[in-house]
Amino acid sequence: MAKLELRGVIKRFGNMTVCDNIDLDVEQGQMVCLIGASGAGKSTLLRCINLLEPVEDGAIYLDGKDIAEPGLNPQIVRARIGMVFQSFNLFPHMTALENAMLAPRCLHVKSRDELRSEVEELFTKFGLADRIDNYPDQLSGGQQQRVAIVRALALRPEVMLFDEITSALDPQLVGEVLDVLLMLKNQGMTMVLATHEMGFAREAADKVCFLQSGRIIEEGPPEAVFDAPQRPETQAFLARALK
Amino acid sequence: MTRRQRYEATQRRRSLIIAGSSTALVIAAIVIFVPMAPGWEKVQRSFFNGGVLANTFPKLLEAFKVNVMIFALCTPAIAILGLLIAFARDAKSPAFFPLRIFGAAFTDVFRGVPVILTVYLIGFGIPGLGLPRPYNSPYIWGSLALILTYSAYVAEIFRSGIESVHHSQRSAALSLGLSERQVMRYVVLPQAVRNVVPSQMNMLIALQKDVSLLSFIGPVEIFRQAGVFKSLTANFTPYVGAAIIFLIVTIPATRYADYLMAKQQKARS
Repeated sequence: MAKLELRGVIKRFGNMTVCDNIDLDVEQGQMVCLIGASGAGKSTLLRCINLLEPVEDGAIYLDGKDIAEPGLNPQIVRARIGMVFQSFNLFPHMTALENAMLAPRCLHVKSRDELRSEVEELFTKFGLADRIDNYPDQLSGGQQQRVAIVRALALRPEVMLFDEITSALDPQLVGEVLDVLLMLKNQGMTMVLATHEMGFAREAADKVCFLQSGRIIEEGPPEAVFDAPQRPETQAFLARALK
Repeated sequence: MTRRQRYEATQRRRSLIIAGSSTALVIAAIVIFVPMAPGWEKVQRSFFNGGVLANTFPKLLEAFKVNVMIFALCTPAIAILGLLIAFARDAKSPAFFPLRIFGAAFTDVFRGVPVILTVYLIGFGIPGLGLPRPYNSPYIWGSLALILTYSAYVAEIFRSGIESVHHSQRSAALSLGLSERQVMRYVVLPQAVRNVVPSQMNMLIALQKDVSLLSFIGPVEIFRQAGVFKSLTANFTPYVGAAIIFLIVTIPATRYADYLMAKQQKARS
């Protein structure tokens, strides 16, 4: 049984089918990269996994339990699945530390002091120890995105979703964020990324899925998808993306 | 001095001279022509009488304390009721449907009726029910009229503030496992309130002035007191004195609100 299994997931906005019968397996500790043009459905798929968007049909199994079941309390699921966004979405009225402490405090998992030392440890691990009392607008884009990752990690999630998290960054800041992803991978975190960083996907991913018009057109290990794509759509996309 | 600096210095001098002379011209025109009006002597005596002003000003200040007190009691009530109405109008659950209707009706009614009418209807109507002594005070019911009217406006401003918080903030908070209520309490509302502080400041300034409307149903606040002095001295100067007292409060307050507004504009761009 895979950690995360999607079976026949369908999501529509009006008449538009954004996710069209998606099947996907993510094994424990695997890093899966979703690639494809903007509008292919990568972000929406991630939002469906985190129950930010209700699916029209299909099942999403987390440890074998269907979390897309209607009527289920989404809060518990979301606390087990962390998500990081393209535009950081830090809370501007809170310091970095307060950003990271908010959700665990709301879920009453631990005492304040215990939690604080744990979260501070996370900040230290990701090179942000001297930034915990800064507000988001006092941080660079790369630092903000790393704080957003720490904020998601503070809940000790079992799966992490990353939605084009380097797309809003200056090129010289992309590296520091990708390094964090590699660190997480080495620690055995299960991760799903929507990304335009083809070089990173080829290097780090365990599996790459190419999406077009809401469908997974081709999937496989990065060597297979990047070096010997089978489908003409994938070949055309990669020819443009790797140019 | 370089050629450019010389040129800029000349330009500066020129605009200074133009601004100075045009201002002088306007003031001179007022000083020369207004006293030439046939009724000026009389107006000066009955509106700008130094002696009357000196005699009544301390008492007017005393009466202004009543305004300040009513204002200070109304403000927190308006903030709380305004927020509750805003929540009522935004309530999504079907169980809250009646609440939503009530919120909409409340804002429609109290924004649609002139303040003075509300003050009359509530200030005279409710004591008319035959309430016992302290509870039929026009101070109480007049204040309630102000609270209801201003809550309707304040609620709409809070609502616009809540809508001004970008939906991605909600997504981020929900993705962390927060409940709808926690998202509102910790993420959306603090930002919304911050966004509307300048607009709410302007509502407070308007309220400060509208407290005077209570004079129509009894309370002796500054406007009423000025009216009493007008009758006693057969002179309108006390009204001018009252206006001066209002300006002393409202000018710094409006300037401060403008400053906050400008600061926010800068932060956004």
